[in-house]
Amino acid sequence: MLNPELKLNTKIFNEDVERESIRKGFGLGLLQAGEADKNVVALCADLKESTQMQLFAEKFPKRFIEVGVAEQNLVTIGSGMAAAGKIPFCGSYAIFSPGRNWEQIRTTIAYNNRPVKIVGSHAGITVGADGGSHQMLEDIALMRTMPNIEVFSPCDVIEARKITFKIAKTNKPAYLRLAREKSPIITTEETPFEINKAQIFWMPDVGIAQVGIIATGEMVYYALLVAKELETEGIKTKVMNLATIKPIDKDATITLAKECKAIVTVEDHQIAGGMGSAVAEVLTQNFPVPMEFVGMQDKFGQSGTPDELIEHYGLGVKDIKEAVKKVLKRKTS
Amino acid sequence: MAFLSDEKIKTLQKKANDIRQSIVEMLVEAKSGHTAGALGMADIFTLFYFHILKHNPKDPFWEGRDKLILSNGHICPVLYATMAHSGYFPVEELKTLRKFGARLQGHPDRNFLPFLETSSGPLGSGLSQAIGMALADKIDGKDKDRFIYCFMSDGELDEGNSWEAIMFAGKRKLQNLITIVDRNNIQIDGNTEKIMPLEPLADKWRAFNWNTIEVSGHDFKSLNETVEKAQEMLEKPTVIVAHTIPGKGVKEFERDYKWHGIAPNKEQGEMALRELRN
Repeated sequence: MLNPELKLNTKIFNEDVERESIRKGFGLGLLQAGEADKNVVALCADLKESTQMQLFAEKFPKRFIEVGVAEQNLVTIGSGMAAAGKIPFCGSYAIFSPGRNWEQIRTTIAYNNRPVKIVGSHAGITVGADGGSHQMLEDIALMRTMPNIEVFSPCDVIEARKITFKIAKTNKPAYLRLAREKSPIITTEETPFEINKAQIFWMPDVGIAQVGIIATGEMVYYALLVAKELETEGIKTKVMNLATIKPIDKDATITLAKECKAIVTVEDHQIAGGMGSAVAEVLTQNFPVPMEFVGMQDKFGQSGTPDELIEHYGLGVKDIKEAVKKVLKRKTS
Repeated sequence: MAFLSDEKIKTLQKKANDIRQSIVEMLVEAKSGHTAGALGMADIFTLFYFHILKHNPKDPFWEGRDKLILSNGHICPVLYATMAHSGYFPVEELKTLRKFGARLQGHPDRNFLPFLETSSGPLGSGLSQAIGMALADKIDGKDKDRFIYCFMSDGELDEGNSWEAIMFAGKRKLQNLITIVDRNNIQIDGNTEKIMPLEPLADKWRAFNWNTIEVSGHDFKSLNETVEKAQEMLEKPTVIVAHTIPGKGVKEFERDYKWHGIAPNKEQGEMALRELRN
């Protein structure tokens, strides 16, 4: 069942569940952060509408900075503004930022420890029709290996808005990963949210979960679909939403492993170096259990609808179910 | 802008010579580091830290200070030596350059020396950071109160990031930003015009809508006048293309690109110090 304490969207399993893009939540959160603090500025690399920065740009034209198609300049100007007391949000597509400007982010933002917020929209295979060159599948690995910087991957529009608003106040560098497509709204305004805390979204009605599924971003929805289907097959699971990938919520991760003694991770990212790897780093050192990883298997994507791509590259409901069953076998054998 | 008397120029020349000696001493002690650019920029650093900059070495975080961003961090021996001689930290500390745990890291690092405006080393991103600071001052209405200075190398103009920055500053007409390009014509592998031609360099900056002035990087009087002109420009950012002699002050090192990225050994250091002390 859905965790009743979290007041999640009860329509989540309905056909007519509300859908909105996660990036929209960033746009709303940025506007809200801008209203709350005049030091918030937004820098954009010719993608104002796609990154949803237009809401902020219309309200605060003097605090909106258009740098053109120049992602290296985007983040380095951001670094300079942060040095002068601003709270810059630098937005582009994830493939370009942090894809193209990784060293600039490392040296001028992370190494300098400047509170710049890098916002990578259109992340993952689900960007779809634009094709493999535009599907950023390595950004979690790129950013979580960099000291000082925190990494966030919200599961829906509401969580994205809450995270955006909160990271404006942290005085730390951050990377915010956003998906392009409209996706089901899982949380509600009432869902309690604490930065850096993982949350159990799904749990067995009674008894102990046999497998813990840890998901991030828009893949949390797929994990929930799997949990519900498996319940009817008599397999008890827990689904944990890992929106803060770094710093990872070690306690919640270890607690889940101790209860379930088997873990499946699900992400729209390369398996190598991604969220699942972050989970494995925690568990192998603290409470090793059998693990399966659902994610991109060392491949580039191609054009297609998000559904076609998710199925083709083995990220969908069928694949997550298989991973759960496989890890269950490993656990009991 | 204070008047620069002939007498003051003599003091600055003496100071620059002291700083050059410190640069040689610290590089010999460190056994590695960049010699040519550091010696070549000693006059400009001296003029700024002892005459132009609005700063307070005893209160390095003073809110009203001018900001000087060193983009090509590898010439940091001249930055450290000038800062020490102007009172930011003891001259004695210069001997710790590149040593474990030292504040004077191989490339400038705010984690160790917090009052640096930025950490730098990887080329081509200092100007953008200076732009960010200049832009923040404009937004805050502080752009008439102080200047943001960026020192950069000619070699780092090979970097695309540099031109992204140059284009942006022209667009935003950042008159509170003054950039000095150390036009010493060398980079690690050879002469800049052989590795990747930059000429006509001044024309390129002009085409990007910058107020562009060329000057000798060793003539205190004209350098000072040039900076004054840059400060009076209200419509555009200014770049001063400063023609310098890499390795300046030590004949053996001058104009030879091989001295870009190496330090003098003990004997070479003694020879250089003898020449500088003469």
